[in-house]
Amino acid sequence: MSSSHDSLRTLDYSVIQQCMHCGFCLPTCPTYDATHLERNSPRGRIALMRAIADDRMELTRAFADEMYFCLGCLACMTACPAGVEYSQLFETSRAMAEKSAVLSNPTRRWTRRLMLKGLFTRPRLLRLVGRLLYFYQTTGLQKLFRRLGLVKLLPSRIQQLEPQSPAVRAKFSHQLIAPVETPQNGIIRYRVGLLTGCVQDLVFSNINRDTADVLLANGCEVHTPPVQFCCGSLHGHNGESETSRVLARRNLDLFDIEGLDAIITNAAGCGSHLKTYDRLLAEDKRYAERAAIWSTKCKDISEFLVQIGFRAPTAKPANLPIDKLTYHEACHLCHGQKITVQPRRILKSIPGVRLTELAESTWCCGSAGIYNIIQPAMSQQLLSRKLGHIANTGAAIVATANPGCHLQIENGAKATGSNIQVLHPVSLLAIAYRTE
Amino acid sequence: MTTDIIAELSARFPPQAVITQHEDLLAYSYDGTPMLQQLPRAAVLVNSREEVAALLALASKHGTPVVTRGSGTGLSGGSVPLEGCIVLCTARMNRVLELDTDNLTIMVEPGVINNEVAMRADAVGLFYPPDPGSMKVSTIGGNVSENSGGLRGLKYGVTRDYVMGLEVVLATGETFFTGNKCVKDVAGYSLKDIFIGSEGTLGVVTKILLKLIPKPAARKTLLAIYERMDEAAATVSAIIAAKIIPCTMEFLDRTTIRCIENYSKVGLPLDCEAILLLESDGHPAAVEEEAKRMEQIAREHGARSISLAKDVEEATKLMTARRMAIPAMARVAPTTILEDATVPRSKLPDMVRFVQKTADKYKLTVGTFGHFGDGNLHPTFLANERNPEEIHRVHQAVTEIFSYAVELGGTISGEHGIGLTKKSFLPGAIGELNVRILGELKRAFDPKGILNPGKIFDQLRSPNDAAARSPAN
Ligand SMILES: Cc1cc2nc3c(=O)[nH]c(=O)nc-3n(C[C@H](O)[C@H](O)[C@H](O)COP(=O)(O)OP(=O)(O)OC[C@H]3O[C@@H](n4cnc5c(N)ncnc54)[C@H](O)[C@@H]3O)c2cc1C
Ligand code: SF4
Ligand code: SF4
Repeated sequence: MSSSHDSLRTLDYSVIQQCMHCGFCLPTCPTYDATHLERNSPRGRIALMRAIADDRMELTRAFADEMYFCLGCLACMTACPAGVEYSQLFETSRAMAEKSAVLSNPTRRWTRRLMLKGLFTRPRLLRLVGRLLYFYQTTGLQKLFRRLGLVKLLPSRIQQLEPQSPAVRAKFSHQLIAPVETPQNGIIRYRVGLLTGCVQDLVFSNINRDTADVLLANGCEVHTPPVQFCCGSLHGHNGESETSRVLARRNLDLFDIEGLDAIITNAAGCGSHLKTYDRLLAEDKRYAERAAIWSTKCKDISEFLVQIGFRAPTAKPANLPIDKLTYHEACHLCHGQKITVQPRRILKSIPGVRLTELAESTWCCGSAGIYNIIQPAMSQQLLSRKLGHIANTGAAIVATANPGCHLQIENGAKATGSNIQVLHPVSLLAIAYRTE
Repeated sequence: MTTDIIAELSARFPPQAVITQHEDLLAYSYDGTPMLQQLPRAAVLVNSREEVAALLALASKHGTPVVTRGSGTGLSGGSVPLEGCIVLCTARMNRVLELDTDNLTIMVEPGVINNEVAMRADAVGLFYPPDPGSMKVSTIGGNVSENSGGLRGLKYGVTRDYVMGLEVVLATGETFFTGNKCVKDVAGYSLKDIFIGSEGTLGVVTKILLKLIPKPAARKTLLAIYERMDEAAATVSAIIAAKIIPCTMEFLDRTTIRCIENYSKVGLPLDCEAILLLESDGHPAAVEEEAKRMEQIAREHGARSISLAKDVEEATKLMTARRMAIPAMARVAPTTILEDATVPRSKLPDMVRFVQKTADKYKLTVGTFGHFGDGNLHPTFLANERNPEEIHRVHQAVTEIFSYAVELGGTISGEHGIGLTKKSFLPGAIGELNVRILGELKRAFDPKGILNPGKIFDQLRSPNDAAARSPAN
């Protein structure tokens, strides 16, 4: 079932018309900053979208390329006083570009089908692949593979990525978190659902455990369905809106939405998308109502903790240089969800923490979903800029709340020989609680 | 024409600098003005004065019009292309060339953003006062060419008051510098003053020498809330009559307040008719005294409440929120048509009432805000460009407002320029002779009429020039 949101021509025209081309978004756009070409700016991109909506322009390859040069970082939405819904325009444009197949070629088709449709819609298969990757990384196979130079046989894009392939955890979320966990003292203040994510599940299942622990410590009964579906953000942001709707419905089926007080996510990129299920399924008669409830109950972990007045830890985490800490704001937390003070409040509640603010903390690190794969040059440029600012703070720990940023900064730091640690704010809080 | 100008440009410029792809050109087809759009033939991202000169020389040779563009935030269509023209974009000429703390000047390229100058100055204890609402986006080249004002016009003046020198490339490609670091200079006509506010019709500015002043030691920001618009206007008159010149006196009406608060959430009251944002700066003792007296005057004139920003951060937040007014109005209507009528300060209450009356007469929604201290009002009509009948009514209302402003001894544009949108009103506002003199000046600098032709006024070409310019390219 397609929706009017899949084409700029059927999208409510007022969304496009909202842009009054004041240009306030220009200085906040990383791609415009890099090229100073108007076409690479939010205002320029919206002008192209409008030309398509008005039938003044065909959907061309250049247009589609432009939509994939955009990071989707949504800094322009924070900057825009006119309230332009850029994320909606951008997703619609990418969906339209995919439908028109102007970018289509056999390799792209194949990888997209494998990744977006094959892998990221099948949680069990994804975990199996994760398991194999873990095996590859831990058995020495990776070392052997690299030593024999077999990496060189891979296509160049994949070659660049091979050293970046994240270290998969020995245990995934369902092996660490029981389907229902209750606070030790038995007093239940809230009942919450916990979303375990895809990348988070494979690579950062420990963060999911930390999240559950922190929730338990704050009087929440935590419901974590063992097999969860991808939230669909990857699909929504990459022009597969139909698949993203399928995934949204599956997730809605998975939780007792009415019975839970909140549904918690700890991955900014997922949260930003999960909160739009209402819009995504607005035209779906069966799901619209529940999707609307979902959207009001879906909360980022830091947002929820501050909302319920979380308990400040009393102990200082041992063996962590928490007096040298900085915070990188994930785009989809600060721009996508407008959550900026809550993570800082959590960090500052931990005894011993000294938070040095990061220059340009809300500037994209270049991870941007799969942007680092499809636009490696621009991504690298942004990463270097970010690492430079991080180095200037003298921090030993970077806190950030999104798996994409986490990996990007961790890999980037490693490549420059820095031994900076990257940690999720909720992990730091969990560590502090555990030291009590 | 023997060779095509695009071919010659492509040969002269680096590969990515000359842009001809449709998708790229679409992004240069507008500025900040509603309902104006025109595709250029090409756009060139220049990187140096030499490149500007080369481009203009070629354009002269081919008789191709050139429209200079900074950040394209102009509100009168100044950088909107003309058919067949080349857009010369200065966005990449954005280097700060010199900060002279002995002579208190800064030399910049035209693509430097206003805010960059403000921050550089601030870092060394200096101050660059002109602060248009668009200060984080608009370029100094654009500011100079529109003679932009801002929130501090009353006390500190406008861009013109800070321009000490300009480097200009003429239509022929010849380059000269006018002005210097001297406070006093009467050697010849003040050429730089002719270029300030010339909207890209006389030459392309490639370097700007700006004056900086010492940073005021203290600043206090007050927010006064009114149940009636007249009381706010009366407060402003009384403050001036009391011989106080605050640096800022911004006025916002109910519609504007709602739009701004909706975006910025700074806590503006939603149940009042008007607010005044008053700022005093200077020596701490004087500021203290001035703020107190302004508060008292505001109270005497019926302010419901008056609050003092508790710190710099809060004051900055309020001013930043005020700068969002124009785009924030776009939240409530698809098309915002903003005017710039300016009247002598004493006539403000009349003007504000007239705007409201005219809007009612034409059944239009209007939000009014502006720089009350200097009589510069921004009545903003909220309409939909897809409704031609409504747009027609807006034009009727605007025409009446302009006539009334001129009648009161005011002007049709305080700071946004004439460009395309107000060109038809110009003769009525300044007189036919004035317009003719402008035309003759233009011809002296740009005989072939290739620089932003058709902006401000339609150029009368002398008969022997006509042959030199072919409209095709
Ligand atoms: C939200 C918003 C708020 C605004 N607030 C204010 C305000 O408070 N006060 C105010 O005065 N204006 C204001 N403006 C209008 C606008 O920002 C100013 O006119 C600004 O100076 C334009 O700068 P720009 O770089 O965008 O120039 P552009 O719009 O690109 O160009 C403006 C004009 O200058 C010419 N030009 C640009 N660069 C050069 C150059 N190097 N040499 C020769 N000619 C050149 C162009 O041809 C054009 O005619 C506002 C606009 C917006 C969208
Ligand atoms: S997206 Fe918003 S900030 Fe950017 S030009 Fe349009 S209205 Fe202005
Ligand atoms: S999402 Fe980011 S990269 Fe894309 S237009 Fe907005 S600010 Fe620019």
